[in-house]
Amino acid sequence: MIEEAVLSRVLSSALLGGGEFAEVFAEDKRSTSAVLDDGRIEELSSGRDRGAGVRVISGETTGYAHTSDLSETGLRAAAEAAGAAARRGGGGRNAVALTRQDTHHPSTVAVAPEDVAKAQKVELLRRADESARTADGSISQVSARYGDSRRRILVANSDGLLADDDQVRSLFSVGVVATGDSGMQTGRQSVGHTVGFELFDRYEVEDLARVAADRAVTKLVARPAPSGEMPVVIGAGGGGVLFHEACGHGLEADHIAKGASVYKGRMGQQVASPLVTLIDDGTVADEWGCFGIDDEGSPAQRNVLIEDGVLTDYMWDLTRGRKEGRPRSGNGRRQSYQHLPMVRMTNTFLTNGTDDPADIIAGTDRGVYVAQLGGGSVNTATGDFVFGMWEAYLIEDGEITEPLREGNLIGNGPKVLADIEALGNDFAMGSPGTCGKDGQGVPVGDGVPTLRVRSLTIGGTAA
Amino acid sequence: MSGAGDLTDIADRVIGWAGDGEAVEAVVGRSRHTEVRAYDGDVESLSSAESMGVGIRVVQGDRQGFAYAATFDDDVLAETLAEARDNAGFASPDPHVGLAEPDGVAVPELDLYRPALLEVPTERKVAFALELEASVRAADDRISGVDSAEFVDAMGETCVASTTGIRAESASTACYVAVSCLAEADDQTQTGFGFSVGRELDDLVPDDARDDAVRRATRLLGATKPSSMRTTIVLDPYVTAMVIGIIGSTLSGESVLKGRSPFADRLGEEIAAPSVTLVDDPTNPFAYTAKAADGEGLASRRNALITDGVLGTFVHNAYTGRWAGAASTGNAVRGGFKSTPGVGCRALALAPGEHDQPALLRQVGEGVLISSVIGMHSGVNPVSGDFSTGAEGLRITDGEIGAPLREFTIASTLQRMLRDVEAVGSDVDWLPMSAAGVSLVIRDITISGT
Repeated sequence: MIEEAVLSRVLSSALLGGGEFAEVFAEDKRSTSAVLDDGRIEELSSGRDRGAGVRVISGETTGYAHTSDLSETGLRAAAEAAGAAARRGGGGRNAVALTRQDTHHPSTVAVAPEDVAKAQKVELLRRADESARTADGSISQVSARYGDSRRRILVANSDGLLADDDQVRSLFSVGVVATGDSGMQTGRQSVGHTVGFELFDRYEVEDLARVAADRAVTKLVARPAPSGEMPVVIGAGGGGVLFHEACGHGLEADHIAKGASVYKGRMGQQVASPLVTLIDDGTVADEWGCFGIDDEGSPAQRNVLIEDGVLTDYMWDLTRGRKEGRPRSGNGRRQSYQHLPMVRMTNTFLTNGTDDPADIIAGTDRGVYVAQLGGGSVNTATGDFVFGMWEAYLIEDGEITEPLREGNLIGNGPKVLADIEALGNDFAMGSPGTCGKDGQGVPVGDGVPTLRVRSLTIGGTAA
Repeated sequence: MSGAGDLTDIADRVIGWAGDGEAVEAVVGRSRHTEVRAYDGDVESLSSAESMGVGIRVVQGDRQGFAYAATFDDDVLAETLAEARDNAGFASPDPHVGLAEPDGVAVPELDLYRPALLEVPTERKVAFALELEASVRAADDRISGVDSAEFVDAMGETCVASTTGIRAESASTACYVAVSCLAEADDQTQTGFGFSVGRELDDLVPDDARDDAVRRATRLLGATKPSSMRTTIVLDPYVTAMVIGIIGSTLSGESVLKGRSPFADRLGEEIAAPSVTLVDDPTNPFAYTAKAADGEGLASRRNALITDGVLGTFVHNAYTGRWAGAASTGNAVRGGFKSTPGVGCRALALAPGEHDQPALLRQVGEGVLISSVIGMHSGVNPVSGDFSTGAEGLRITDGEIGAPLREFTIASTLQRMLRDVEAVGSDVDWLPMSAAGVSLVIRDITISGT
């Protein structure tokens, strides 16, 4: 993307004003998306985003500027703007010697999306549409989306680091509306991996469409969700977002440093039930949050955050790591070259327990079984978090009975972690997600085995 | 006006490349923004950004294709047009597809662009962020931290031009200060946020941002979880803006025509309490999202969606208007140059009632004031209408604000909530969102807690 000698000169010019650290992040991203709705291929859209951001750190201050002009002139202008923004005393440096670092991307791409004819991508949408529409007579509307992207990034910094990565993602999602006497209900299903078009050798879009259709149809006869506190069983693969919200965000070092996390000062302490071992791992091959290097040039790595209920580490980026004098953890990510990196999760999951999932349900007298959670949100400072239920059922006398309409569940992170009272042996990764923080979205993965929380508040309307 | 003239030149060049028998639309955008963040008495970060690009839509017969590129480079634009053409070949034929055409409605003159904002020296922007952070820290002994304090300014220019005769330029400036703080007492932490927005520096009132953030955080200290109940709630203006934003999405022509709106067959019927009049008016200069033209270059206009409880109209862009056998209502929305125009409400507001919030609380007597919500995206379904969201607030006791409450949900359905509106406040608040805030009283809501 950019010559080594140019990078070296741009970094030097960024430090002319006296910064202590400078970094160039360059990105070249091509993406394709195709949308089917109401039985028609509505849109096939292609995009190209290319540019670089220059960051200069001086004391406590970070300066940032970006440009879509990747020539030396464009890069130098951005470097000067970032350097001026960070204007503070410090030692300037004349030359930056770069050492290229090898990158190992955990996933391999068999069929590059750009080598696949658009007609083949569009055909997937038609197949999904037909499958959903024939799944049940109540299906009244179907939409489907295909997306692929190839993102090449390059990071060079004044510590001499030079690394690049080539990140490919493929995604397919289906949304269905079913109409009945009770009105309309919706169902969704999506699959996404850091692989190429071979994704569709592994998954049949017809199956995804049927799952989405079943979710909508089931909810037509659903009753309003209950209100109040009760035990909640979460299905394998369907509930990773619980941990993403209940503690993932709270373990990000920027929230910790600012005192805006209920987990500050808890290192080495029991913060969860002994059943809980929580991992954040950017190296899980093919998963949605996987990459070779993060957006600061650190290799992806596996980090144990909570082990047998004890808090063992937070997640770190370059700035937070520098301040605390510790290595980064491969969690410095950004949405694009137009954004500053910050501490972000990758693939966040709970490891397997030993219980038979059937026993977990059978051992629940009255509660809610959530087969698929929707999105969620958290206030890291108070620990209060919510997540939606896309597919949920009542549990009565140890058996899954009636389907429930949608709603949010609310809980408090530390309390819910302590309340994990059963953990299954059926671990599965979940659907691809986009995690939002400070207005930036990045792809993340999650996973859980079947588990039971002693008590959560169900946000329904029934008594 | 700004230097948007060069954007028009680019747009004209692109549409000049249109071939026989095809219609081409170019949307050319450029934006600039600066963001200063203060933390602990220092500048934490200062970012400056400029982005630009062109989105190209090609209509060949009854098929449409789109492509964009984040550059003004001629070679790339030619390549992008070719890509959009190629994409059109894969679209399904659709008789309603087509670009917007001039409809005779005059584009209003709105005073949204203040060149003075572009001249503000960086030092002043930095001072805004630093002073805001310091003032929040000093405001109350219980404030234990300011986790973010920022100054942001932005300038955006767009030109939409097409071979069908559309040519619309618009430009606007905006700036805001925002702060989020932590308050601590008796081992409990609560958070609060506040902001102040304007089109130029003189519009900003940082003390309002400070006071809101400090009040929101401190008044929740000591909050407990309520027991489940059915009660009347009063939504703070900010929360109301979020709720009417979702209601607005159910009235988009696209949701209606594609069978995804719970109000699809209710035109002309009473869907809300008589006190509800909901208007979408991007020509109102007070609205943060005010803009002279829509995403397809048609004049912005005022549309009364619900009048005295009766559903009056859905909103359309050129495509859904044609499909519905109606016309565009000037409601094409697009996320910059990177997307095709969708349909949506652009600047919603409820017509204000007669009473301010304290008077509404006295009328309500017993209930809960909802000061913030969390999880609107995960617990509200705009197709089924099911509504459930996490909330924080204050008990209303004897018509006065009482004990703070947290970790509960409020639930109903969008359909019922509209009918259950008891009163709209007089306290309209123009927020940095596509909907204005106002206090709103809704009865018969389920609160789920212990």
